[in-house]
Amino acid sequence: MTTPAPAATTARQAIITITGVNKWYNEFHVLKDINLEVGRGEKLVICGPSGSGKSTLIRCINRLEVHQQGRIVVDGIELTNDVKRIDQVRRETGMLFQNFNLFPHLTVLENLTLSPVWIRKMPLKEAQELAFHYLERVKIPDLAHKFPGQCSGGQQQRVAIARCLCMNPKIMLFDEPTSALDPEMIKEVLDVMIDLASSGMTMLCVTHEMGFARTVADRVVFMDSGEIVEENDPQTFFNHPKFDRTAAFLSQILNH
Amino acid sequence: MPQTWQPKPPTPSPSYSTGWLGWARKNLFSSPGNALLTLLSLAVLLATLPSMLRWGLWDATWLGDSRKVCDSAAQDGSAGACWVFIKVRLEVFLYGFYPEAQRWRVNFTLALLGLAALPILAPTLLRGTLRQTLFALAAALLMLATFGMPCAIFTACYLLLPLALPPLVRQRPFLELFAGRLAGVSAGLFLTALAATLLYFAAGQAGGGGAAGPIAVTGAILVVFLIFVGRLTASAWRWILLFTVYPLAGFFLLVGEVFGLPLVETHFWGGLFLTLVVAGTGMATALPIGILLALGRRSTLPVIKTLCVFFIEFVRGVPLVSVLFMASVMFPLFLPENVTFDKLLRALVGIAFFYAAYMAEVIRGGLQAIPKGQFEAAMALGWPYWKMMALIIMPQTLRLVIPGLANNVLSLLKDTTLVAVIGLLDLLGVAKASMADTEWLGFTKEAYIFAALVFWVFCFAISRYSVYLEKTYHTSQHYN
Ligand SMILES: Nc1ncnc2c1ncn2[C@@H]1O[C@H](COP(=O)(O)OP(=O)(O)O)[C@@H](O)[C@H]1O
Ligand SMILES: [Mg+2]
Repeated sequence: MTTPAPAATTARQAIITITGVNKWYNEFHVLKDINLEVGRGEKLVICGPSGSGKSTLIRCINRLEVHQQGRIVVDGIELTNDVKRIDQVRRETGMLFQNFNLFPHLTVLENLTLSPVWIRKMPLKEAQELAFHYLERVKIPDLAHKFPGQCSGGQQQRVAIARCLCMNPKIMLFDEPTSALDPEMIKEVLDVMIDLASSGMTMLCVTHEMGFARTVADRVVFMDSGEIVEENDPQTFFNHPKFDRTAAFLSQILNH
Repeated sequence: MPQTWQPKPPTPSPSYSTGWLGWARKNLFSSPGNALLTLLSLAVLLATLPSMLRWGLWDATWLGDSRKVCDSAAQDGSAGACWVFIKVRLEVFLYGFYPEAQRWRVNFTLALLGLAALPILAPTLLRGTLRQTLFALAAALLMLATFGMPCAIFTACYLLLPLALPPLVRQRPFLELFAGRLAGVSAGLFLTALAATLLYFAAGQAGGGGAAGPIAVTGAILVVFLIFVGRLTASAWRWILLFTVYPLAGFFLLVGEVFGLPLVETHFWGGLFLTLVVAGTGMATALPIGILLALGRRSTLPVIKTLCVFFIEFVRGVPLVSVLFMASVMFPLFLPENVTFDKLLRALVGIAFFYAAYMAEVIRGGLQAIPKGQFEAAMALGWPYWKMMALIIMPQTLRLVIPGLANNVLSLLKDTTLVAVIGLLDLLGVAKASMADTEWLGFTKEAYIFAALVFWVFCFAISRYSVYLEKTYHTSQHYN
């Protein structure tokens, strides 16, 4: 049974709803009253200076970090200490890390098939077909039998993307996926992300790649010292920032 | 218009070593200090080696079967070793007081262990189902020639089972059996085949009663794994069999009183055989317990963490000898009068937990070297704790700590000699007992050297094996 959507305040149906979230590391207030709604299929870019809580925020969405106040609802599932719910939310989300975090003792192919086989109970043959499908999509099918240590950074990050896709997530979380890469490799990873965006995936992306934000993002969120300072569509965000803090950050990051 | 740029072609690296002279110059005489050390070592070798070789090899007495040969050789002025002593006593050195007619059981148990472990220990050697099948058949033939039909059948069943299980067993066979799917049929077929093999084996041995017990236990273990784990690879089944079916089979083979085999109580066990039993079970039990202790010590649950810390610190604070004493003398005092545990079993438990504490700390060190990102990536992919540990974190950790674990295994092997203090006669114990034999007084050197040599061979093999493992798993390449 589907209930008719309520008169939409946002254009899309929300898949992630964050309301009044606060988080502390001991005495340090790292997230301050965060309110954010992400629509299904939306591409959200989160930027802000280092230490502003961007990573912490997106890591709260798949419960790698625990928030202490407020509510986070992902695709209708509210995150609590209930292991079952955490598990359900992690089924819906995939996450990319700055330093890839591939499993170094397994080949690229094994990295891709391990989770489908053991977590989704997929037969190995099927998992391998799926893995090759996504390796094609990230344009490195010939690396299947290499170990991560034998691949370049850009290739490793693309393997990591394929590894997430093999679990068929609805939402992808990116935590500075290109920050550890040489300039020549950034493009190959961004290309894959752009391709992914065009397929309708919901994406939350912490990045300083402003070109990517301009072309792909539906909305840009700027954070500083644990707060969301402002959010807007990329055009307005880059051309007419509301706050001087945002303008200062943008001028730093765009003309260095 | 920019010019075209061409990269320079690579040139071969200059080579400095030419022949053995170059090698010697580079490695032995590269500096005045090194040259001096080389010459000094040479002098020490020249001073000691010839007399050692003369005593141990050239002047030694090898032939004969009684003390007289050595005594007459000594009167003729030869001051060499008397290896006749070892030769005459060899069976006791190897088997202790295990009845002579039953010693084939020890041989078969150890041979089966070798055959069961080989595909696991050297995965690169036996790759592919065809090779593994041929290996199993060849092994069965070998057993047929050495130990006869029942042993050959058992060997064949044991080695072929891991190969037969993966294609036969589908996902969660029993759940699907009741759902009436096709996979259920194959599970049923498999169970019938399994029951038939076991029955055949039992019938072949027949005669003595009591065979039903071990067979039922083996069957039950396999069924439990089938129900709860379901489809697994051949190598996973090999591990499972090695840790479930093999110990059971070994236990029943060695102790007897089933399959028409006469009972051999553990106080007849001794010599190298006992050393291997203690070391083997010690290694096989200490490692899993050590892994659990290491995980427990890192647990976020305070009760579990405290218990593990307390246990590890307690065990590390006492010597193994006192643990063995406690196990053999104190422990029975706390038991009700009619309950007794075998002395060997108590020693095994003591050693297992003692070494588990040490291995736990080695493994914990390895766990700390695993980047936090590995845990996060696994959790983000939806891995629950135990599966993540078993399939992602532990494989990496164990590879990292191979040198440390090899250290523990080596000292475990050598510490088995301490079971002598509670009256069990391992290789060294038997050697000492033989020295006290009035017929052979005065050959302590030979007995000690023989025992030392045997230990050295085993330890060296283990140490080389750990190097082989490190190389196969390219551990050094993972985190750079
Ligand atoms: N585990 C932790 N314990 C204490 N402080 C932390 C921890 N993780 C992050 N922080 C602090 O929280 C702040 C926000 O961190 P983070 O979310 O990683 O920022 P960003 O990703 O925006 O650079 C930083 O000041 C950091 O020092
Ligand atoms: Mg960050």
